[in-house]
Amino acid sequence: MKNRTTVERKSERELVVTRTFNGPARIVFEAWTRPELFRQWWLPRSMGMSLRSCEMDVRVGGKYRLEFEPDGMAFFGTYLEVTPHSRLVWTNEEGGEGGPVTTVTFEEKHGQTLLVMHELYSSKEALDAAGTGAADATVETFAQLDELLLTLGASVGRS
Amino acid sequence: MVLYSRTRFDAAFAALSDATRRGVLEQLGRADASITDLADKFHMTLTGMKKHVGVLEQAGLVTTAKVGRVRTCRLGLHRLDEEAAWIERYRQLWDARFDELDKVVEELKRKEKVDGRKKRE
Repeated sequence: MKNRTTVERKSERELVVTRTFNGPARIVFEAWTRPELFRQWWLPRSMGMSLRSCEMDVRVGGKYRLEFEPDGMAFFGTYLEVTPHSRLVWTNEEGGEGGPVTTVTFEEKHGQTLLVMHELYSSKEALDAAGTGAADATVETFAQLDELLLTLGASVGRS
Repeated sequence: MVLYSRTRFDAAFAALSDATRRGVLEQLGRADASITDLADKFHMTLTGMKKHVGVLEQAGLVTTAKVGRVRTCRLGLHRLDEEAAWIERYRQLWDARFDELDKVVEELKRKEKVDGRKKRE
């Protein structure tokens, strides 16, 4: 059965996404920290977009950088905490100073992993704008790209 | 849209940031209730419940009407549609990602199993 993704706005500056995965924490953690795995799921196939590059230096003070194809847009930041199989904290620096800090925790129970992703924004305005902004932009851009692919007839063979 | 909604979003999300107030909304979703009913249900003083209802009222989530000596609360006309839509877009994005992550996790689990078997052999 499919697990449910929940999103809650916990306060003016916090957004929390929760999901359970059918696998041990070491595996789910690996999927978040090994670039070759991360890039397989972070841009859902159905959205029809791809990453040009995905670099992740997963250690305290290490950097990550995701670059999109074809427009070259990039997400990047620094890892603040890395606790194998249980906790990751990183900054999001693409929006300049005051970008949100993301904390992901992995909690294993009976072979399943409860994942909690917490985003703390510097201000209410930042969450109002960036929260929807990011989701809107991504969903919208991908939808547009999907449409474009359809008109180009490139959807053949896609599920 | 963002500008238009901002003030209401602030009031609505602030109202929703409290577990009791979320409970009150759920309760009112099932049936209208007086403040006394609500106070009883949530083991609260009348004054405490009045405050909570006041916050919900200001956010447009609840309306109240005085009938005789009893103040009845019901869900407001503003039904959280925009707030739900705000969150839903974000949820869709992560849901889609996590569905793909499910596949990666399954694949890794399968590999781990095969590797484990190989090691034992």
